[in-house]
Amino acid sequence: MTFAELPQVAQDVIQQAVAAGASDAECTIAEGDEFSANVRMGELETLKEAGSRGAGLRVLIGRRMGASYTSDLTAEGIRQMVRSAIDLAALTTEDPHAGLPDTEELGSLRGDLQLFSGETAELPTERRIDMAKRAEAAALAVDPRITNSEGAGFDSSVNGRVFANSRGFLGSYRTSYCSVSAVPVATENGSMERDYWYSTARNYKGLEDAETIGRKAAARALRRLGAVKVETQRVPVIFEPRIARSLLGHIFDAVDGRAIYRGASFLAGKLGEKIADEKITIIDDGTIPGLFGSSPFDDEGVPTRRTPVIERGVLKSYLLNAYTARKLKLRTTGNASRGITGNAGIGHGNFFLEAGQRSQEEMIRGLKNGFFVTELIGSGVNTVTGDYSRGAVGIWIRDGELAFPVSEVTIASTLQEMLNGIAEIGNDLEFQSSISAPTIMLGEMTVAGR
Amino acid sequence: MSFSESFFAAKFGISSRDLEAHLAEALGRGGDYADLYFEYLATSSISIDESIVKSATQGVSLGVGVRVIAGERTGYAYSDDLSREKIRHAAQVAALIASGPSKVDQTPLEEGRKRNLYPVLTAPNETAFKERVELAQRADHAARAYDPRIFQVQVTYADSLRHVMVATSDGVLNFDRQPLARMSVAALARTGNGVPQQGHSGGGGRYELEFFQRERTPEYFAGEAARQAIVQLDAVEAPAGEQIVVLGPGWPGVLLHEAVGHGLEADFNRKGVSAFSGRIGQQVASPLCTVVDDGTIGGRRGSLNVDDEGNETQRNVLIENGILRGYLQDKLSSRITKTTATGNGRRESYEHIPMPRMTNTFMLAGESDPADIIRSVPRGLYCANFGGGQVDITSGNFVFSASESYLIEDGKLTRPVRNATLIGNGPEAMKYVSMVCHDLKLDEGVGVCTKEGQGVPVGVGIPTVRIDRMTVGGTA
Repeated sequence: MTFAELPQVAQDVIQQAVAAGASDAECTIAEGDEFSANVRMGELETLKEAGSRGAGLRVLIGRRMGASYTSDLTAEGIRQMVRSAIDLAALTTEDPHAGLPDTEELGSLRGDLQLFSGETAELPTERRIDMAKRAEAAALAVDPRITNSEGAGFDSSVNGRVFANSRGFLGSYRTSYCSVSAVPVATENGSMERDYWYSTARNYKGLEDAETIGRKAAARALRRLGAVKVETQRVPVIFEPRIARSLLGHIFDAVDGRAIYRGASFLAGKLGEKIADEKITIIDDGTIPGLFGSSPFDDEGVPTRRTPVIERGVLKSYLLNAYTARKLKLRTTGNASRGITGNAGIGHGNFFLEAGQRSQEEMIRGLKNGFFVTELIGSGVNTVTGDYSRGAVGIWIRDGELAFPVSEVTIASTLQEMLNGIAEIGNDLEFQSSISAPTIMLGEMTVAGR
Repeated sequence: MSFSESFFAAKFGISSRDLEAHLAEALGRGGDYADLYFEYLATSSISIDESIVKSATQGVSLGVGVRVIAGERTGYAYSDDLSREKIRHAAQVAALIASGPSKVDQTPLEEGRKRNLYPVLTAPNETAFKERVELAQRADHAARAYDPRIFQVQVTYADSLRHVMVATSDGVLNFDRQPLARMSVAALARTGNGVPQQGHSGGGGRYELEFFQRERTPEYFAGEAARQAIVQLDAVEAPAGEQIVVLGPGWPGVLLHEAVGHGLEADFNRKGVSAFSGRIGQQVASPLCTVVDDGTIGGRRGSLNVDDEGNETQRNVLIENGILRGYLQDKLSSRITKTTATGNGRRESYEHIPMPRMTNTFMLAGESDPADIIRSVPRGLYCANFGGGQVDITSGNFVFSASESYLIEDGKLTRPVRNATLIGNGPEAMKYVSMVCHDLKLDEGVGVCTKEGQGVPVGVGIPTVRIDRMTVGGTA
């Protein structure tokens, strides 16, 4: 069965479900091919290549839902999946808000979103392996203190998604993805540090040059050597872009419609209020061609769109699917997301903090004493209360210079204070993943160390 | 059960001749070793939110992974179709890692010894869904009845039955049926229009539904989640900086998982990228600490009859009286380093390459009394429950997040404190363990460990311990 045949399968599933008694039904079929090559110390270490697919069904009988999935797309596998979903619907409870999106909400963006390129799939395996080898070799050549490597890799995938529902929606799209990454290890005086760098693109031609990736990763590992623990204190903190991105991730969790209707977010009930410094504008946009968060429709068949979430510090919109919109008496924002089955959750398109004017260098130069954060670990963020406490690695700033590496410390504050305390926003916004942010500087956080 | 009665033979007509032919295909271009991992996974889950059964889902996925090892190289491919042609194709793709004529003699397949750490009486899909709904509804009622300040409750009950079969070119043939069940309860509490606080609880293991009717009831988990949410309503800011930290028994054993467990996985050590690399025989913890990883405990979430490479799991001593004793091995690392496998080769599914992973990791009981530990601390933090943790195995720095903790002032537990992250360095932190109690407890059975994108169920455990120095990441 080819991808082109899957829409017909999805429609058949819907028909069978309706024939079996479903008053509404949604079917998702997803398929994916993945490739990965990892090299380590100049030698190929693993090579993986395979594909798989699965179908999922969600039915409603009145206001009761049932859901099922299968990796068996034969006629018998599909019959079982339909029976299973119908049977389960008898056991769930009436949910007055359950249902599909209204018919007038359904639709798909027109035009080519440039999510798929077949060129990467054509690239010979040897060239893929070579890119990983070049990235690692470049890292190892940077400095004699780069003594080891956790490896470098080339990964690529091609995915396809089909969605159909009983209100006449049928859509499908394909996406492609590839990346090159390197993880070198630096050693000095018996202590080791690793760091990484990577590049992602829809087409391998859009990737950063392999040698550059390796050299950046090596420089990052080297600058961590000799890290110390600092005294506990409150100082201004700078997040480099990939760290600022994690903060955006927490904001996304806090505007998720499910957390909002449950009252499980520090932003619940704050629509229209000023919740952040007025320099802050955060957008969710699933319509930008080529980017990783773009798609022609969401996972309920609603077109994606551009939604300002925070505009100049004011909370403008939550991110909603049909269900959470109904609960909150609002309209869906086209942010439904799910695997292949079950009720839709909430996802984002390209969720990003708009760039500011300042360069990262200017921000560092402006600080007498501060902490430049290059890595965060742990999950100590509570979006219900806003409490924030995470393990941090980075470089201490003294008199406007990156002075010495720091590790084994934590940074803590609350998301409310952090949003209101953003003092500077960088001009270095890049879209390397579906959540993106430029460098940001926060007024003050507690750094806990010695 | 003989091979012909086994799940894959009976349901898909796979014969031992097929297995040998696929292994021969996998080794057709050379290679030192090949294996096949067949998996059939049936899952079901229901969830309650706002006292409504909002979701019920059931499904199956199946497939086979083919692996070829040539020296230190691994080739891997999989298929979600168990037809001979598709498996043969996967074997040919995996074989590309090697080059040259076939050189290994395949050992005839021989069925492994049988033991059963988790008997399966009823396939989950045959148990009435209604009973699961009732369990979840009991938890919802109990959490709401706990205190009028509880205003939101979510309950999920999920179970699965995984059939696996492993066949290897060195003659191992093993199959297993692996049940897994978990109940999770999340509760939100609020006083008036105040800030909401959340509590989480859950548990389970390689059990069936009956476990939740007899051993650990929905009311137990619901009460825990509600209690934690209520406790948090009065929480004060956590301290910032180095403190004396006392860990309560059970789930706080996640410390061991992060501080030492990952760092002892053989792949990192073989490559020399772990902070524990080359340190066998050295003192890495206080002499009070003995840490084991044991995949053989009946019914535990992290237990397995055989690992995902067909080896029997076992009890492995990682740290004995503070001295580093051994690493957690999988087949590849044990082949390269010429050591014996320890039964720790695990994978998330047939789509994944196995790696050395933990099973149930815990510290053995000591002799101190928990009350004496608290009394011994003039000022510090008592951590009763944790969220997750994470480690950078190269530097050895690890964190874990306290979700329920209390200030210790003048030898007494006083006020609850807000969520805070604790941070330490693996080979150093456990040298500060100064008291270990007699109250070893294993966790309730909720852990998922993620490594290189693969999640597997694990267990942890620890008795009450006093750590003389650890950095607490609060704001006060």
